[in-house]
Amino acid sequence: MNVTALSLPTVLPEFILAGGILALVLLGALRGERSVWMVTEIAVALLGVVLIVLIANHGSKGVTFYGAFTDDAFSRFMKALALIGSLVTLVLSVDFMRKEKIAGFEFPILILLATLGMMMLISASDFIALYLGLELMSLSLYVVAAYHRDDARASEAGLKYFVLGALSSGMLLYGASLIYGFAGTVSFAGVAVAIHGQASLGVIFGLVFLLAGLAFKISAVPFHMWTPDVYEGAPTPVTAFFASAPKMAAMAVLVRVVTTAFPGVEGEWRQVIVFISIASMALGSFAAIGQTNIKRLMAYSSIGHMGFALVGLAAGTTDGVHGVIIYMSIYLLMTLGTFAAILSMQRDGHYVENIADLAGLARTNGPMAFFLGAMMFSLAGIPPLAGFFAKFYVFAAAIEANLFALAVIGVLCSVVGAFYYLRIVKIMYFDEPAKAFDQAGIAARVVLALSTALIIFYAIAPAPLTDAAMAAAKSLF
Amino acid sequence: MYHLIVFLPLLGFLIAGLFGRQIGDRNAELVTTIPLGLCAFLSWIAFFMVGVFGHDDHAQVIDIANWMTSGKLAVAWALRVDTLTVVMLVVVTTVSFLVHVYSIGYMAEDPARPRFFAYLSLFTFAMLMLVTADNLVQMFFGWEGVGLASYLLIGFWYDRPSANAAAIKAFIVNRVGDFGFALGIFLVFTLTGSVTFDAVFGAAPAIAGKTIHVFGADFDALTITCLLLFMGAMGKSAQFLLHTWLPDAMEGPTPVSALIHAATMVTAGVFMVARLSPLFDLAPVALSVVTIVGGTTAFFAATVGLVQNDIKRVIAYSTCSQLGYMFVGLGVGGYSLGIFHLFTHAFFKALLFLGAGSVIHAMHHEQDMRNMGGLRKDIPFTYWMMLIGTLALTGVGIPFTSIGFAGFVSKDAIIEAAYASQRPGAVYAFLCVVIAAGFTSFYSWRLIFMTFFGERRSMSDAHGADDHGHAAADDHAHDDHGHDHTPHESPQVMLVPLAVLALGAVIAGLAFRHVFIGGGFEGFWKGALFLGPDNKILEEMETAPWLVSLLPTLMMLGGFGLAYFMYIVQPAAPRALAAANPILYRFLLNKWYFDEFYDFLFVRPAFWIGNLFWKGGDGFIIDGLGPDGVSARVLDGARNVVKLQSGYIYHYAFAMLIGGAAFVTWFLIGGIR
Repeated sequence: MNVTALSLPTVLPEFILAGGILALVLLGALRGERSVWMVTEIAVALLGVVLIVLIANHGSKGVTFYGAFTDDAFSRFMKALALIGSLVTLVLSVDFMRKEKIAGFEFPILILLATLGMMMLISASDFIALYLGLELMSLSLYVVAAYHRDDARASEAGLKYFVLGALSSGMLLYGASLIYGFAGTVSFAGVAVAIHGQASLGVIFGLVFLLAGLAFKISAVPFHMWTPDVYEGAPTPVTAFFASAPKMAAMAVLVRVVTTAFPGVEGEWRQVIVFISIASMALGSFAAIGQTNIKRLMAYSSIGHMGFALVGLAAGTTDGVHGVIIYMSIYLLMTLGTFAAILSMQRDGHYVENIADLAGLARTNGPMAFFLGAMMFSLAGIPPLAGFFAKFYVFAAAIEANLFALAVIGVLCSVVGAFYYLRIVKIMYFDEPAKAFDQAGIAARVVLALSTALIIFYAIAPAPLTDAAMAAAKSLF
Repeated sequence: MYHLIVFLPLLGFLIAGLFGRQIGDRNAELVTTIPLGLCAFLSWIAFFMVGVFGHDDHAQVIDIANWMTSGKLAVAWALRVDTLTVVMLVVVTTVSFLVHVYSIGYMAEDPARPRFFAYLSLFTFAMLMLVTADNLVQMFFGWEGVGLASYLLIGFWYDRPSANAAAIKAFIVNRVGDFGFALGIFLVFTLTGSVTFDAVFGAAPAIAGKTIHVFGADFDALTITCLLLFMGAMGKSAQFLLHTWLPDAMEGPTPVSALIHAATMVTAGVFMVARLSPLFDLAPVALSVVTIVGGTTAFFAATVGLVQNDIKRVIAYSTCSQLGYMFVGLGVGGYSLGIFHLFTHAFFKALLFLGAGSVIHAMHHEQDMRNMGGLRKDIPFTYWMMLIGTLALTGVGIPFTSIGFAGFVSKDAIIEAAYASQRPGAVYAFLCVVIAAGFTSFYSWRLIFMTFFGERRSMSDAHGADDHGHAAADDHAHDDHGHDHTPHESPQVMLVPLAVLALGAVIAGLAFRHVFIGGGFEGFWKGALFLGPDNKILEEMETAPWLVSLLPTLMMLGGFGLAYFMYIVQPAAPRALAAANPILYRFLLNKWYFDEFYDFLFVRPAFWIGNLFWKGGDGFIIDGLGPDGVSARVLDGARNVVKLQSGYIYHYAFAMLIGGAAFVTWFLIGGIR
């Protein structure tokens, strides 16, 4: 491996993003509140540029910062997902921020900082880099969760997220220290070599705490408790952001850690993954029933979907990781589309977020009902929509790896989960119409229509996604 | 030509059925009746072409389309035209046409006439498919088609619960027979590898004497086959044990009873046995069963007919009884005897039913004979027509000659054949049909005397201690059209069909005896009916002793005399006789308690089992542990999970730490192990 202090092409996207953030901070500080929309536009453009640079960079695997930072097909794919998540939520946030009168130039900059943290996290290949990326991401997220300072629920959400996030960071650090103590190195590759053949109980303890810290970030059971409260309390674009980009980064680093640092103790980490996978799927399916707030419902939905994605990781094979990548891609698409619909739920100039507000939507706004209905069917995993194939790949990988019980439980959970997705469809199509929504912003409508189209037509041409995901998965093994 | 005969009724059905509302009642009547008139005309042409003047010894087969091909099984839509077919064509289309015409008058006040005529045409089409079938599967198609039409027409007045119950009963009892028929078809295919008649008949001699192994014993394959097929015939032709649906089917409009439940559909079983005569002739045991069942039915139905008070039910039991005669004729090997009786019976029984319909029409939908009487003067034309029908049914004629009404010629031939036959069971059947002949005469004249003679009885006095509730309660509300309650003669459109049928009832026997069962047999049937080399029943029956030939006439006269005595001379006698023999009277009045017996044996257990599976199996176990139970548990689970989400940050932190501790503990324990 070519270990260097600095290889610019390898970290070019991160460099551009970091430089842009600094310039935007300067711009905002100089021009004050007048610069809000300018900063937002530049931030969106910056994310777009980074995304293009990232995709254009077809280089082979590159490692820099003395092995702390890896640029490979997997990292590029997951970074692209994270960037898309950030970009779309930033675009979607504009209307909301303006209407709720909480717009400030700090918001896009915080999103960019979090995105930078995610990119570092995704590329991290030792525990120090992992922790730095994680904290850069998390600290930005704590702030944006409480971005609506005058709203008690948002403040509560930010505080809860911060306290519990600090606890999880502590657990993660504790785990990383234990691993360092027993393996004598912080590099993923080094740990893999050190524990090859025989792993001491200390390393396993360290692994457990590490996984606990990361599970918190993807809100997997039993480290999920913050999710519903934070999702409900945070401003809706922030919720959309939480549900999309950080999940990509956290799942990416989880996959990278277990496959590159701990291939030797696969039996151990698989037990943990299988447990939190089953627990997440079950909780996500059951607890969402009876929710009345659609953001809270989406919180449980995302918990459940993380459980499904972990089914692929539990397989621990190339196919399994392939399934995880595809699952996360389609999950991102569905999440963004659904939140675009949620951000279209305005009545008399105010945002509403109760499921009952959707009643009879089919009669007051047919296209939106159709798009959201398609989203719900896809989230429930009904063929031929993309959500079905996402589940199909992870379950197929689990069965290949002889994890029959896991696959069966997963399928049963998805049956239970289908109930609450289909209930929304039922409310939209069969209930007496409530008052019509206001005309939604152009951004929300475009995002909703586009993501619905991708979900419906995914089955026709799945190859671009599956091929890229396969290349990404292979780069880890 | 044959295409037209078969498919014109289908066309009429489609037009009247699909567009009945658009084209109006009158056009719906015309669009079904006129094509049938054409059908009937063409059928008579075909009858003379093929039967009387034809010389072709082989059945003409007209292919229409391939139906299905699966492995060895190849089924085609095809019309098989031979003498047997054209005889049936004549019967079906003629009676159907007359019934269509008659219905224009009889149903004039019904609001759903397009539906009625569409059903009638559908029935006619299905019946024509049945009689022209070239293979067993197509026959089964027609068989089920007539069953469907029968169901629809019995339940035509679907707002009456009794009509719906009767329709369902007819359908279900027929299913029992059809089950046997279907098994029989399977067995034929298994044995011969084909369902086409020519191929099956060609292979039949080769499989005679073969055995099949079922239920741990060997049986003669052909006998089993024929018995199963006969089971289908028993259902359709309302033979003993499967007869219970036919009297109830009288809930349908009277023209339906005439067409379906007297002249055509119920004779499908007779036709089927005759069509399959090459099989049955090789299975003497099965023929014995046919003979015994036919004789039993003839006797049983006649006894029940003696005491019925509903005018249509008397005729219905008479039909049942006459069908028994036909099967006796078939059973002793005289297939043409059965068909001949079918042919003549179609005329006089349709005449009787339509006449009864005319009486009912005149009496404003009163069907209980106890409320009639003296109608001779009010509706003289109907009276004379009914009288002709009765003379034909009871078999009035000059003994030792062929001169007589239709029933005399065909029925007496069957009685003589039953006497002459050497088949086991024939003696029993002979006794049955001779006694039944006397009963037939009695109940027929009883009907005439109660309806047309004596004093008009008031509407209310007969509703006394009797439990026979069907007839008097029949109040399909037509009484609101301003007539007073004096009986009135029916319109011309109803009387003309009666006259045509009366003509048939008088001359059909005389005119066609020679070709059907006499010396013209070979030249007429031309192999359409199979007779084995030692089947000489038609010659043997001619040599019956003079007493046997005279016996039916004696029985007929005896029945007439008794009826005359009891209903004209001594009108109090019936009541006294019933009072003197209460058990016998009740036994007969309640139709040998068959309905009650089946209700106890089949209907109640079926309901019980159904309830068990429905409430216990589906409701409690499957729903309770399945959908309902699971969804209830899911909701419980959701409620409990949501309770965990308390909102307190220390609960959340606690959950995280417990989770971490649990994993560590798990690996600690695993590590020790």
